This record gives sequence, structure tokens and C-alpha cells, in this order.
Amino acid sequence: MVGTLAIIVSSALVYSAPLIFTALGGTFSERSGIVNVGLEGIMTIGAFSATVFNLFTVNIFGALTPWIAMLFGGVIGILFSLIHAVATVNLRADHIVSGTVINLMAPGLTVFLTKMIFDGHGQTDLIKARFGKTSFPILKDIPVLGEIFFKDTSAPAYVAVLVAILAYYVIFKTKFGLRLRSVGEHPQAADTLGINVYGMKYAGVMISGFLGGMGGAVAVQSISGQFSISTIAGQGFISMAAMIFGKWNPLTVMAAAIFFGLSQSLAVIGSQIDFLKNLPSVYLQAAPYVLTVLVLVLFIGKSQGPKANGQTYIKSK
Amino acid sequence: MKTSKKIGLGLLTLGLAVSLVACGGGKKADDTATGGDKGKGADYSAALVTDVGGVDDKSFNQSAWEGLQEWGKENDKKKGTGGYNYYQSNSDSEFTPNLNSAIDDGFNTVFGIGFKLQPAIEEIADANKDTQFVIIDDVIKGKDNVESVIFKDNEASYLAGIAAAKASKTKHVGFVGGQEGEVIGRFEAGFVDGVKSVDKDIKIDVKYAGSFGDAAKGKSIAAAMYKSGADVIFHASGDTGNGVFSEAIDVMKTKPENPVWVIGVDRDQHDEGEYDGGNVTLTSTLKGVGTVVKTIATDAQDGKYNGGKTEVFGLKDGGVDLTKGQLDEVNPDIQKAVDEAKDKIIAGDIKVPEKPSKK
Repeated sequence: MVGTLAIIVSSALVYSAPLIFTALGGTFSERSGIVNVGLEGIMTIGAFSATVFNLFTVNIFGALTPWIAMLFGGVIGILFSLIHAVATVNLRADHIVSGTVINLMAPGLTVFLTKMIFDGHGQTDLIKARFGKTSFPILKDIPVLGEIFFKDTSAPAYVAVLVAILAYYVIFKTKFGLRLRSVGEHPQAADTLGINVYGMKYAGVMISGFLGGMGGAVAVQSISGQFSISTIAGQGFISMAAMIFGKWNPLTVMAAAIFFGLSQSLAVIGSQIDFLKNLPSVYLQAAPYVLTVLVLVLFIGKSQGPKANGQTYIKSK
Repeated sequence: MKTSKKIGLGLLTLGLAVSLVACGGGKKADDTATGGDKGKGADYSAALVTDVGGVDDKSFNQSAWEGLQEWGKENDKKKGTGGYNYYQSNSDSEFTPNLNSAIDDGFNTVFGIGFKLQPAIEEIADANKDTQFVIIDDVIKGKDNVESVIFKDNEASYLAGIAAAKASKTKHVGFVGGQEGEVIGRFEAGFVDGVKSVDKDIKIDVKYAGSFGDAAKGKSIAAAMYKSGADVIFHASGDTGNGVFSEAIDVMKTKPENPVWVIGVDRDQHDEGEYDGGNVTLTSTLKGVGTVVKTIATDAQDGKYNGGKTEVFGLKDGGVDLTKGQLDEVNPDIQKAVDEAKDKIIAGDIKVPEKPSKK
């Protein structure tokens, strides 16, 4: 039984880790009032650049490669998100349109670059250094809990949890977070109080680029091991759903992402749990979606985003 | 309201993105111009429409394209209209447009690579009587301009089953399928029968991911199987199998003392199993799509197109096979058992079932 729980939890974490990063990124962006539907594209770029980085530097960094590649994916994510920032903040483009452009551009660009770099192949080579499984020293020896949560598990997921806690602190307990939120709620008021509205919006979008890029990098380096067009297929949108589901609060956003992962892994592993064994598999396969609907209807009230979310702020008005 | 709009737009974007990438692939067809040399069969041209995925998917499509390229080189054809070409499908909705482009570009023979193209070809064949169609992995009956090609994947999977059963120390093996259906059913049936032929008591987990492109799901299925004691997994699941390899590698890196294996599918997947401490690919089943495409193109060029017929390729004619892989390193007896079974199947002494038995 403990063994089964351990698989459910570790599979759920592997699946959720990229979602947590990306959903937190979306939270920062939307808290600053910029809707970022381009998360999917940012993840794609992050996944691609991390794969390339991993392939070319594995001889230098060895076992640390996936982590450095993850940061690299984040940095490229920032650069890519700047397109969205410039378009929405300075050029006053519609946020959805700009995000859509990001999503259209990323797969085309990455597949094109893959073909250029890898002799016309449609996917990259397989990376040598992956995240793999990690056991935490000391913690793994705790009876029962250690086995379930800390043995042979996904390290990036735990980093993601730490980032979520940090994000909560930054958004709700720091000066920067207060300003970020005020810009997302009422930019005029923030401006009259001397807050650099454009600067805060840039910061929000760039953080979302960083986290989204890292999310993509985690997805490719812990799951598929190579970049292709199917590496990022919808995770960015699931992350957006997690962000809304989690009401733009980093901790609940994280919980929502883990919930998605958990219901997914339950569907896969359910047939091995004794009391679920006799259930026809169609129920288990439908379970993730049914659970999501139930939770949304029963426990989550109205999901209220930042008030000025999606509106272009024009300073002179 | 606003949020639902956002997600809706997001999905729309995803769709657009996929189709835009697709257009990029499709246009490639025109950029190399016609080769106009005359000679015997010089006017003959052939093209293929891929299943979802490109001609470098390291699997089915790639193998078919390599076969067609080989045919083209041997017959001095040029890539492009009037010679040979491919049309890449990046989603199911592109099958019909791609088939139509191939017909419009005047190719004599158009190959549909994969069972998913069956409905599209069936629909289009009657309206284009002058084009010769070939459908791989499925059957279209009663049309004179469609030739069907089927592989006895169950025979190769039977051999894979024997290899798995002999290599398993825990007496517990797994099968991961892509989408449930006739084709993957052949893999399952053959594999299960092969395992049972070695030892009836070996436990076999059978699980379908419901997709050929969901590596994350492949990984969690494999994690569950390995954790519950299986030590060999045969995957017939396309890109979903990347997740199976990824999990096997992770397991080997954490617990090298209990080796686990993956059996690859359709082509030698030795590279996929490689990691810095060894290789998890036990062996792979082979499917000679390339050879078959080449043979049919050559025959059709000589006027020997078998429209309306169904051709079956199995172990006997080299249409399917099992690689040597690392069988000998694990246990020298395995290859012997595999070879024996292979001879028996070819001789007709063993009949491998095509459909999985009802559970």
C-alpha cells in the first residue's frame, strides 16, 4: 500500500513540476495586469533551449547540467517574453492577440531551429543528463512518509514547491509584491503614488518568462528526454487553468497544479490499488476530468482575477 | 466569463499553432522542381503522406520515407513533383488535404503511411480513379485503385514475448500500447502469447496510454509497472514510448542492482535506451515499412500494381523481425529460443493469434 502511494505521489510530482513553475509565472504576469496566454509558447522555447544547452554542455557540467540548463531555459524564456511585454505595454497591443502570436511563433521557430541545428531532423538528439530520481538524505529514512514523499522522487517538483512559497512571500509580503498587485488592480492609482507602472508590468511579464521557460525545461529534461513538436502540447494551457483554479495565489496555484498531476497519476495507477481494482478502467480514465469539475463546482467559489487584468494602461490619460 | 474566453482562445491558438507548423512542412513539397528526364518509366512518380509526425520520427514514417528515397535514387528520380516526395501530416485533419495535394501534383502512386489514413483514402479513392493508392497497416476492400499492406506484427511480438519471458527475473513483464485497436492489438496478442509459450505463470500487465504522443503518461505507466515488480516492458506506443525509456533509465540510475529492460518497436531503438551507465533496450521488433514501400513502388513502375489486393508481410518474407539487441549479453539461451520459434512460425508450426483474448 505504501509502495502504491509512493508511485502515485512521485508520478504526480513528475507531471506537476513543469505546471507549477509555469502557473506561478502566469500568476506574476497577471498580478501585474498583463494576461499571458503565451505561456505555452514560452514553455516551448524554454524546453527547446534547455535541450540544446544540455546536449552541448553535458561534458562540461556533468550531473549538474539539467539544473543549469533549466536556468538557461528560464533566461531564454525572459528574452522571448520581452516580445510580449513590448507589444502589450509599449505598443498597447491586445494581450490575447500578442500571446497568441507568441504561441504561434514558438513551435515554428523551434522546429525550424531544430532542423537547422540537427541536420534536418524533426527532433533533437536524446539528452544524456536528465533529472532522474532523487532521494533526500535523512528525510528518506522517516518511516512511511519518507518512502512516500522523499525516496526516488522528482527533485524539480520540490524546487517548484519552494519557488511557490517564495512567490507567495514576494507577492504578498514584500514592497515589490504590493506594487505589482496595485498595478494589476488599479494602475492609475498606483501611478499617482509614484509607482513605475510600466516597469512593474515589465517585471511581471519577465518573471513569467523566466518561470515559464524553466517549466518547459523541466518538462523536457524529466519526461521526454528530447525536444520535438509533441514535447509541449497543452501543458501551458493546463498551467493557465491551474492559475485560474488557484485564484492567482501562488500557494493555491501550486496546489491546483499538483491536483492535476495527482488525478492524472491516479488514472494511470488506479488499476493497481486493491480497492479500485475491480472498477472498470473507463471510470479511472474519466476520473481526472470528473474530479476537476467536481472540485470546481463544489469547493471553488467565484474566481476573481486582478481587476485591471488585460487592460492596456495608457499613462497620459 | 472572461476566464473561459481566455482558455477558449488558448485552445484556438494551440490549434492554429499546430496547423501553421504543418503548413511549413507541406510547402516543402514544391521547392525542388521537376526532373524531366525520359526513359523507361520515367514519367512514373510516387509520393507518401505521413501519419502524424514527420519523416524523421525515428520510426514508421522515417522508415517509409527512406524506402521511397532509395527507390528514387535507384531509378534516377528527383525529389519533387514528377519524381518522389512526402507530405507531412501534423494532425489528423491534414490527411485529406495532403492526399489531395499529392493527387494534384500528379503522383501516380500515393502511399498512406499508417492505419489512421484509412478513412481518408477510402473516401478519396473513388473520386480519383487514375491515382494508385497504397494503404499501410490497414485494409480497404473492393477498390481497384487501392492496394492494402498488412504486417504480421503479432509474429515479431511473439518473439519479443519470448525474449521478455526469458530475460525476466521477477517473472513479471509489461506491455504498453498506444491506442487500443486492431494494429496495436496484434502487438499485444503476439506478445502475450509469446510470454505464455515460455511460462504460463508469468504475470503480464497490459496498459494502454490512449495516445501515441504522451510521453508523460508513458512515464507514469512505466513507473507503476516497474515499481510493482515488472522488469521488462514491451512498448508499442510511438512517442509515448519515450516516457517508458526515460523511466527505465531513471530506474537503472537509482537501482542498478535490479536491471529493468525495454523492448523497442518498429525499428532498432538501441539509441533511445542509451545512458551513461549502459543501455536499457533489450531488443526491438522491426517492421520493414521501407522495404515494402520500395518494392511496391518498383513493381508499380513496371506496371505490376496490385490494386484491390491485400498483401501480408511477416517473418517469412522479412517484413517483420526482432533485433539481436543485448539478448546475448543477458542470457545466450534467449537468441536460441527466439530463433527456434522463428523457424517454427515460418514453417507454420506455430500460429500466432492476431487479436488479444478477451479478459
